[in-house]
Amino acid sequence: MALIRAIAIQGLEMLLVLALAPLLTGYVRKLKARLQRRAGPPLLQPYRDLRRLLGKEVVLADNASWLFRSAPYLIFATTWVAAALVPTFGAGLMFSWSGDLIVITALLGSARFFLALAGLDAGTSFGGIGASREVMIASLGEPALIMIVFTLALVAGSSQLSHVALFMLSAAAGLRVSLALALFALVIVALAENSRIPVDNPATHLELTMVHEAMVLEYSGRHLAMIELAGFVQLLLYVSLIACVFAPFLLAPVQAGAAAYALGIAAYVAKLAVAGALLAAFETATAKMRVFRLPNLLGAALMLGLLATLLLFVSRTL
Amino acid sequence: MIAALLALIASLLVLGLAAIAARRSPLATKLVYGGALALTLALLALAAVMLASLGQGAREAALPLGLPWLGAHFRLDALAAFFLVVIDLAAAAASLYAIGYGAHEPEPQRVLPFFPVFLAAMNLVVLAADAYSFLFAWELMSLASWALVLAQHREAENVAAGTLYLLMASFGTLALLLGFGFLAGAGGDYSFAAMAARRPAPWVGALVLALALLGAGSKAGLVPLHVWLPRAHPAAPSHVSALMSGAMTKVAVYAFIRIVFQLAGPPAWWWGLVVLALGGVSVVLGVLQALMETDIKRLLAYSTIENIGLIFASLGLALAFRADAMGAAAALAMTAALFHAFNHMLFKSTLFFGAGAVLTATGARELDRLGGLIHRMRSLAVPMLGACLAIAALPPFNGFASEWLTFQAILLSPDLPQWGLKLAVPATGTLLALGAALAAACFVRFYGLAFLGRPRSPAASAAVETDRASLAAIWGLAALCLLAGLFPGAVIDAIAPAVQASVAARMPLQTGLPWLTIIPVAASRSSYNGILIFLFITASALTVAAAVHRFASRAARRYRAWDCGFGDVGIGAQYSAASFAQPIRRAFGTAIFRASDVVEMPPPGSTAPARIRHSRIDPVWDGLYAPLVGFVWRLADRLNFLQFLSIRRFMSFVFLALVFLLLVLAVWH
Repeated sequence: MALIRAIAIQGLEMLLVLALAPLLTGYVRKLKARLQRRAGPPLLQPYRDLRRLLGKEVVLADNASWLFRSAPYLIFATTWVAAALVPTFGAGLMFSWSGDLIVITALLGSARFFLALAGLDAGTSFGGIGASREVMIASLGEPALIMIVFTLALVAGSSQLSHVALFMLSAAAGLRVSLALALFALVIVALAENSRIPVDNPATHLELTMVHEAMVLEYSGRHLAMIELAGFVQLLLYVSLIACVFAPFLLAPVQAGAAAYALGIAAYVAKLAVAGALLAAFETATAKMRVFRLPNLLGAALMLGLLATLLLFVSRTL
Repeated sequence: MIAALLALIASLLVLGLAAIAARRSPLATKLVYGGALALTLALLALAAVMLASLGQGAREAALPLGLPWLGAHFRLDALAAFFLVVIDLAAAAASLYAIGYGAHEPEPQRVLPFFPVFLAAMNLVVLAADAYSFLFAWELMSLASWALVLAQHREAENVAAGTLYLLMASFGTLALLLGFGFLAGAGGDYSFAAMAARRPAPWVGALVLALALLGAGSKAGLVPLHVWLPRAHPAAPSHVSALMSGAMTKVAVYAFIRIVFQLAGPPAWWWGLVVLALGGVSVVLGVLQALMETDIKRLLAYSTIENIGLIFASLGLALAFRADAMGAAAALAMTAALFHAFNHMLFKSTLFFGAGAVLTATGARELDRLGGLIHRMRSLAVPMLGACLAIAALPPFNGFASEWLTFQAILLSPDLPQWGLKLAVPATGTLLALGAALAAACFVRFYGLAFLGRPRSPAASAAVETDRASLAAIWGLAALCLLAGLFPGAVIDAIAPAVQASVAARMPLQTGLPWLTIIPVAASRSSYNGILIFLFITASALTVAAAVHRFASRAARRYRAWDCGFGDVGIGAQYSAASFAQPIRRAFGTAIFRASDVVEMPPPGSTAPARIRHSRIDPVWDGLYAPLVGFVWRLADRLNFLQFLSIRRFMSFVFLALVFLLLVLAVWH
């Protein structure tokens, strides 16, 4: 019985992630449009885009290989598995022990690896430009994320995300300098990894500074749908990660009752709404950076992460 | 048991001699590599059995060879058995690969006699239990590999690489010789057992650490002693490159562990700091140079420096934990180091084999002359992708498992009491994390430019599949990469006796845990399950792909690449090796390598082409070696007059030297 319940909760969590991810993106787009005094696309537009793309024929470049055709599914699968390891509304995930925060980082790294390879596969110049810039951004973003993971793991005594979340819920967490630094660094990394302003512009095409869109330029139809969906899930994953570590309020504990789970889901949706609003406001207020100023921004995130870890090496209570 | 091992090693030496006799025979290649394959497989099986059964015991043997009052001592303990497994697995794979690859060798007589000797020497180093046999085997290994580096000696570049290698190898042996001298002391008992029993004074231990870093570090390719490695490893035939990068560097790691962990006495806390710092610097410098390199074999050699740095960083952690009597943590760090040594042997050999196959199929080593091989070398492209994922430390492959263990060891280090370590460990952690991300970038570039895209040269578009024996070796090692990643617990438990032999502690048993999870430190409850992650990814990818094809659309059409509507602007418009590395070169290289791009724009009206030129320096070579070489030349010029003295003066020099040595002896006693 307990097993069936655990599987049901894990499954519900994975499906919820999948169902909410396009909505979050649509919500951010809508809010951004409203902040810029535009009407903006309907809230449900991402779902419609996905359905339309899924129904369309795929046009493959002449030179595209099997890697190009299988990469979208692999990118989606690794991102989804990573998202399944992040507690959203309840801490008691059945398979949370199959990977810790370092594994989540590495799974996102795998998705990026395949995406960059797919960008190079068709043999066009735009794919190359996107892939080479993506790996440059990742070469600073990923170590920054690892340092943030170190910080969290040292604070909570475990790199397992469910343990970190439960620790943050307990009274022992308190206010710490290192956590503030880690939060700041994590926000920068989240903006970079999700190709948001000021790192990349998710709304643009055909601009020489673009990164993500250049890599997926050759994709169409169902392949593009999978990559878009993976992008939506990744944004949701980062929001959930920040929420479950830095705002774990009302997260349903292990072995909670139905009421606690309902409350957890409501709180989770509210957290997504707040995070989405903050993201939209930030993106409206900020301009995109030049590509070669990005190392400064991401280097700052890396240094903040290192500083937070160093503080914890000096004293576990900082 | 050890007698059987020694007999097999002796047969390898005989095989080398037989290869000289049979060098003109058309069957020589197949016979020598087939024989080496059989012998190394037997060695591998014996070593694996011993690793599993030996526990903390050891087998010893003494032969009446070598110095008359010393004899040749051999000893097989769990640590030696583990490294024998690493060496002989690589050796067996290389022999299998060479059954096919060796047919393309222009002058097989320059490779065949030295190859089995090289294998035998690596095995002997690990078995040796006294300084004399150790150094003898070590020199034999260096010389055999030097001869193999010079197999294609008509290229001036290879000759220069061979000379540099010979210099560095002699220097390394000299350092080891001095180190053993200090360990043996005035008593002069050169067997390892006597050295370990002596417990040297702290200053002697420190000196031995420095000498071991010089001797083993120069062979392993630790920065700043790495300069020979990216020149010499690629110069050899590819199966030898694979052995030099995959196995010989591990012999150096073994030498370092044997000397520093077992012979040099109890470590001081700062030993760990030194090793950690050198490892961290090697990681970042190695991978950055790999990222900017355009020759595939040299790129792989630079990446070896990165991986050796990672192994040494873990060894530094193990030393620090051991100095502070944190047994479990030391065992974790040592397991990470040995696991990574094993992994690096697997994927680096695969990659060098693949590079050799690409080289024979296209004749090109430059990334800018490759491309599109995924269409033409279909059965090579799959295992190479696996090896690239493994070396980029991505789950569920083995590179990730060992890197994960290293990170878990770092998370235990705030308990270290010394401030130096408290500051150095997080800094090194940053370097390792940076190295992991840059390695991913490096292997996106390697695979993306060599195997994906459109062929950048006619040779690349005419490439054909490589032979079956080579493919069997490549597929076998790549499958082991995946297996070791899926079942890290089994590997950790297999390594455990070797870990216990070196740091006198072991990790908790992993294979008994439910679902084959690994939990390195019970208190932190951090766990990783390679097989589940793999199953989750495969299951969700297959389910989604099936669902999309069933319920949405499955139609596909081929058409010209879209490329934002530019149409086909030609193959040259693809990203090249230099342009792919440009953002990273600019972000990281300007400070370290003083990388700069100069754009030459012709004046308006001129029809001359615009050019972009980039330049960079090698900080270690220009900062350390170039001045050293200059100094040696100047000194040689100054001392040149000594060649033209009269016989009386030469005699008086000899006499003075004798007097000096006697004085030293008199003062010593």
